[in-house]
Amino acid sequence: MARALINVPATAKKGEAVEIKVLIQHPMETGFRTGPDGKLVPRDIIQRFSCTYDGQEVFAAELHPAVAANPFFAFFTLATASGPLIFKWTDNAGKEESQSADIAVT
Amino acid sequence: MKRALVIAALGFSLAAGLAVAASDPRRSGFDFMSRETQAMQKDDFSNPGMLWVQDGADLFKARTGTSGKACADCHAEPSMKGVAARYPAFNAKTSRPIDLQGRINQCRLDRQGAPELPLEGHDLLALTAYVAQQSRGLPVSPATDPRLEPFRRQGEALYKKKLGQLNFSCADCHDANAGRRLAGAPIPEAHPTGYPLYRLEWQALGSLQKRMRGCMSGVRAEPYGYGAPEFVAIELYLMSRASGMPMETPGVRP
Ligand code: HEC
Ligand code: HEC
Repeated sequence: MARALINVPATAKKGEAVEIKVLIQHPMETGFRTGPDGKLVPRDIIQRFSCTYDGQEVFAAELHPAVAANPFFAFFTLATASGPLIFKWTDNAGKEESQSADIAVT
Repeated sequence: MKRALVIAALGFSLAAGLAVAASDPRRSGFDFMSRETQAMQKDDFSNPGMLWVQDGADLFKARTGTSGKACADCHAEPSMKGVAARYPAFNAKTSRPIDLQGRINQCRLDRQGAPELPLEGHDLLALTAYVAQQSRGLPVSPATDPRLEPFRRQGEALYKKKLGQLNFSCADCHDANAGRRLAGAPIPEAHPTGYPLYRLEWQALGSLQKRMRGCMSGVRAEPYGYGAPEFVAIELYLMSRASGMPMETPGVRP
């Protein structure tokens, strides 16, 4: 499984804006570089990243070859209900990874 | 007035974050970075070096080799605290200094019965970062074994030796011109406190030797190979020069 560092506050008050941070280990290989054998290194990038929470997609981003390795996402969302935030990312080969983190809303 | 002073003092202590005592003229590469890059290093959730530290934590627990043992089977976790701060150390087996990566590989070979990990490969960097991160915040405390002294002196001589087509020594930049700029980039004092570290230019974690190889090709010298005795000697010298400064592993650099 891909490694990701996910920072979601464990608890929040209802209606509070909470900051979410996600750092994903990924080479973000552009597909434009040549390897030591002179051949192009195949493209390997995350194309889409999203966060779903309380039945809604609260954040999404499209990534392109110019994004550096190990992309970092930071965004805010409103704490509405206790439950998981589900993070999903899909690479250019269509492979999907998913991880989640729980928040308790009081 | 009083409040302004308190706030100013607070601002200073935050900015000083990792710095040595105010009276100490030495500055880590950290102090030469932009605030944004400093913030990236300071927050474990945005410091990409932590991805390697976590991989290292898993590798530390993984059983491997003919012994079927994991590092953790012999080393209870806090036992690595302070280790990185006093490496390179004297290796009685070879009567030479050995750096942390070399020491980890020695345990792989002799204790785990597993092949040495390739230098600068992902797994050895991850294990080294995991071990060294346990010394974060502790002062660099160079090994005192007197048998290291000739090697430290060799390292100092290499540091002061002119190299490459451009005919610069490490000292020409890092002692004589530290704090000035080279093609827009500040020249730091070459303290080894953050290694292995995540360099934005590399988009990856790398060792002190990788950093030094970069400086050597920059002056059009042929870099020593990974693991070369010259590099271990320079590491020894750099660690004694940074004695007392806090360890930062995993650092972040531009
Ligand atoms: C021409 C000037 C120059 C020379 C000569 C030079 N360096 Fe550097 N060095 C730099 C610059 C500039 C940086 C900062 C890197 C950057 O931001 O690109 C640096 C960075 C470093 C760092 C990283 C410090 C940190 O905070 O992580 C170390 C260690 C280092 N050099 C060691 C050496 C050694 C050892 C030598 C001699 C073999 C050497 N350098 C030769 C210019 C030089
Ligand atoms: C079978 C037991 C065993 C295993 C497995 C083992 N070690 Fe060790 N290690 C030792 C012993 C014993 C010493 C100290 C004695 C010596 O010098 O060999 C040591 C020393 C070390 C040191 C130097 C500590 C110091 O204070 O200088 C480091 C670093 C280290 N080991 C890291 C590792 C890592 C990383 C692994 C896994 C890749 C590992 N070891 C696996 C037994 C082991």
